Amino acid sequence: MTVTDVRKETENLALVLTNRFTAPVERVWQVWADPRLLERWWGPPTYPATVTDHDLTPGGDIRYFMTGPEGAKYHGFWRVTAVDAPHSLEFEDGFADDGGRPNTDMPVSRTRVTLVADDAGGTVMTLTSSYDSAEDMDKLLGMGVIEGITLALNQVDALVTA
Amino acid sequence: MVVRQEPAERTDRLFHALADATRREIVALTLRGDHSVSELAQRFPMSFAAVQKHVAVLEAAGLVVKQRQGRERRVRGNPEALQEVHRLLDGLAQTWVGRMDRIDALLTGATGTGPQTGSVAPQEQETSQ
Repeated sequence: MTVTDVRKETENLALVLTNRFTAPVERVWQVWADPRLLERWWGPPTYPATVTDHDLTPGGDIRYFMTGPEGAKYHGFWRVTAVDAPHSLEFEDGFADDGGRPNTDMPVSRTRVTLVADDAGGTVMTLTSSYDSAEDMDKLLGMGVIEGITLALNQVDALVTA
Repeated sequence: MVVRQEPAERTDRLFHALADATRREIVALTLRGDHSVSELAQRFPMSFAAVQKHVAVLEAAGLVVKQRQGRERRVRGNPEALQEVHRLLDGLAQTWVGRMDRIDALLTGATGTGPQTGSVAPQEQETSQ
């Protein structure tokens, strides 16, 4: 297990994941920048991904489908919103129809990836993913710390076991 | 209990409902104890109608439930819906943890994707026993 930290920021509905790799930044960047590498890790082994379009530039699309055990295809897309190779990448990721066209009715998550070299020649990758519809994204990202919900969540266990 | 909906729709409703400070506070308040809409309205610098609207959004998302008590309808927070938010974030976490593990396997040369640089450790072998 290489994941060093997983934080679920329930207060701003985001997931922050920190991961350390022994490989240098340029090489870690390739798993995002090279579609043949990307498709080897994006989907789980039972749902391997096939990347059909890969335009890793701001405004560009990355399109793929995953093939299930019974042969069913599940299409998805990324819309790249920011790129600073080999240091950072930002994209929205959502579902697509059978033709690979984005399905705007489905939730879209926004992911930000940063790669920073560590002292040992390795790479620390930090990934922030907010899961939401595009419509509410701006509101969510501006939310900050929400005392109320955090407080409420802290009480949930007590309430359900009462 | 949360009404069964399509997962994507439910996710949207939950997150949309929580994407507002007033609504989050209403959830927090009603988890601590049930309130009438009038009682809630007294706590916020906004009209009764506005608070009522927020409660309706929360109710549609399953985050609060309304219960009749005498002549009054009381609003109560629903811990199950908040646990659902936790579960959704958990699912997302699991997806990414799996991806990180696969990236690691890829980078440590488990599947041989070209020449390895000196700083890349070879795939670790099981040495126990």
